[in-house]
Amino acid sequence: MSNVIENVLETQNLGISFGGLKAAQDVNLKIKKNQIYGLIGPNGAGKTTIFNMLTGVYKPTTGKIFLDGEEITGLSQEKINHKGIARTFQNIRLFNNMSVVRNVMVGLHYRPEFKCSVWESMFRLPGHFKSEKAMRERAKELLRIFDLETERNSLACNLPYGKQRKLEIARALATNPKLLLLDEPAAGMNPHETEDLVNTIHYIRDNFDMTILLIEHDMKFVASLCDEVTVLNFGTVLVQGETRMALRDPEVVRAYIGG
Amino acid sequence: MIKFYNKVKNYINYTVIGVFTLVFAIISLSGARIDSSSLYLFEKVSISIILAVSLSVVVGFLGELSLGHAGFMCVGAYFGGKFSVILEPVLGISVPNLLLSILVGGFVAAICGVIIGIPALRLRGDYLAIVTLAFGEIVRSIFVNTSPESFGGTLGLATPRFKKEYLFIFGFLMVLAALFVIQNFIRSKHGRAVTAIRDNEIAARATGINITKYKLLAFTISAFFAGVAGVLYSFSNTKVQGANFDYNYSIEILVMVVLGGMGNINGAIVSATLITFLNTKLPTILTGDFAVLQDLIYALILIVIVIYNNAPALKSFRARFNIGVLIRKIFRHKHNPANIRDDSANWDEIPTKIEMNEILSVDVKPQNLGSDKPSKGGKQ
Repeated sequence: MSNVIENVLETQNLGISFGGLKAAQDVNLKIKKNQIYGLIGPNGAGKTTIFNMLTGVYKPTTGKIFLDGEEITGLSQEKINHKGIARTFQNIRLFNNMSVVRNVMVGLHYRPEFKCSVWESMFRLPGHFKSEKAMRERAKELLRIFDLETERNSLACNLPYGKQRKLEIARALATNPKLLLLDEPAAGMNPHETEDLVNTIHYIRDNFDMTILLIEHDMKFVASLCDEVTVLNFGTVLVQGETRMALRDPEVVRAYIGG
Repeated sequence: MIKFYNKVKNYINYTVIGVFTLVFAIISLSGARIDSSSLYLFEKVSISIILAVSLSVVVGFLGELSLGHAGFMCVGAYFGGKFSVILEPVLGISVPNLLLSILVGGFVAAICGVIIGIPALRLRGDYLAIVTLAFGEIVRSIFVNTSPESFGGTLGLATPRFKKEYLFIFGFLMVLAALFVIQNFIRSKHGRAVTAIRDNEIAARATGINITKYKLLAFTISAFFAGVAGVLYSFSNTKVQGANFDYNYSIEILVMVVLGGMGNINGAIVSATLITFLNTKLPTILTGDFAVLQDLIYALILIVIVIYNNAPALKSFRARFNIGVLIRKIFRHKHNPANIRDDSANWDEIPTKIEMNEILSVDVKPQNLGSDKPSKGGKQ
C-alpha cells in the first residue's frame, strides 16, 4: 500500500473562478512525505487562494484534492483539519484574549487522547480533570519546543511579533496534522528571526515527521528551505521542480522582474 | 495565604451566594417573619442573576448579541407554569411539583434555543440581534393570543401559589445550579472552544473547532437557564402574562451583562443584583412628586458605571484599587505576575475587549468566504 501512496498531498487540475476571474487553474501539486515544498509567485498569483482551497475555505470549481490518497475536495474546514491539514495565516490569527497555553490547548481540542464530553465537563467528572491535565502537559511540551514556555500565561496579543508567529505554528501543530501549511511565515521578520524560523521549520520536519507546504516572498528563505517549488503567475503554474533550477528559470525571472 | 486565595477565588461566588441562602433559609424556616417586600426582592434578585449569568454565555463568551432572552424566559414561564397547573391535582403545591415544572420550563426553552441557534450560525452582529428580537416578540404574541383554557390568553395564566418563604430559597438554589453548570462549562475545553470562536472564528475553524456544535451549545445552555428563570418568575408573580416579557426586559438583562463586564460572571452577578435592587426599591423610595426622578437616577447610575468601566483616565485608578490588589495589601503580599497568573486558576481574568460598539457594529461580509475581519488588538 505504501508504495502506491507516496504523495501526502496531490491535486489534480485544481482551479477556481470567481465570476469570470480565474484565480487559479490547472494546478497540479505532488508533495512527497517529509518534503518542504514552496509555493511562490508575484503578488496576486493565487497562492493564498490555493491555500484556501486546500483548507476548505473555498470550494474549488474544478479539480480534486487528495490527502494521503483520500479525496478531501469540498469538505468543511474543520473536517479537513481533522483529516490532517493545519495552517497558519498571512495576517496572524491568534485567540488574542486567551493565554498562550490556552491557544495551544484549543489546537489539542479534537485529539482523541484528550476526549472529554460536555457532560463530563459540566458536572466535573473525573474524565474532565484527566483530560485537562493531559492537555496542559502536552501544550507545555509544545511550547517548550518553540521556546515559549516562560510566556505561557501571558495573553497571546501581548507577545512580540516573531513569537506570535511561532505560537500560531505551535497551535497548528497541536492538531496533529500530516501536512502543515505556512502562509508567509517570514513576513515582517528581521533577518535574525528569519534564521531562527528556518531552524524551527527544519526541526518540525525532522522531529514531527511533518510535510510542509509554504508560501513565501523571501527568496533566500525559500532557497535555504524548500526541496521543491511551484511558481505561480496569474493563477497558472509557471514552473515546477527543484528549487534552484526553478528559481533560475528565465520565465520565473521575467514574472518577478519583468522584461 | 495568597496561594490559598488564588485557589479558592473561583469558588467565592458560590460561597457568598451559598452563605446568603443558608442564613436566610434558616431565618425564614425557623419561623421568624421576613417582610414580604424583602422576600419579593430576593426572588427578583435570584431570577435576575440567573438571567444575567445565562445571557453572558452568549454575549460575553460566544460574542454574539442576543436580544431575545426574555423570549426564552417567556417560553419557560408559560410551559413551566402550565405544567405546574397540570401537576397540581396529582402532586399538590409541593417541592417535587416546583422542581419538575422548573425542569420542563428549562427544557422547552432549551429547544427554542436550538431553533434560534440555527440562524445564529449564519448571522452575526445586528442581524442576529434582529432575529432574536423578533423571536422574543413572536413568542410573546403567540402566547397572548392563545385561548383562555390553554395558556390563559390576554388575561394571563394563573400559576399555583407556592409559599413565598420557599420560593426565594429555590431561586437561590437555582442560581447555584446555574453557576455550577455554566462556570464549569466555561472553564473547560468546551468553554475554551467557545471563547476561541469569539476571539477569531476563522482561526477557530482552521484549528478544527466545530463551530456549529459550539454555537448551538452556547445558545442551548443560555436558553435553558433563561427558561428556568422564567418558571421562577411565573411562580413569583403567581401569574404569567405575555406583556411582562417584552423587549425592554431583554434589554434590561443585556444591560446587566454589559455593566458587569462582558465575559465576567461575577460582574454579571453584582450588576444583576444592583439593577434589580434599584428597579424594585426606587419606586418605593421616590413617591409623589419625586417619582419622576426614578428614571433619572437609574440612568445616572448606569452612566456613571459605564464611564467608570471605560474611561481611560480611570484605568490606573482601577488597576490600583481592585479586589485582588486589596487582598494582596491586606496580606502584605508582593505582586509577582508570574505567581498570580497561575494557569490553573485565572479563568475570570479573561479580559473582555469586546466593547458594546464593536458588538453592535455592522459586519456585512458573508462569513463563509474567509473574508478577513481585522483581528482585535492584533498586528496585521
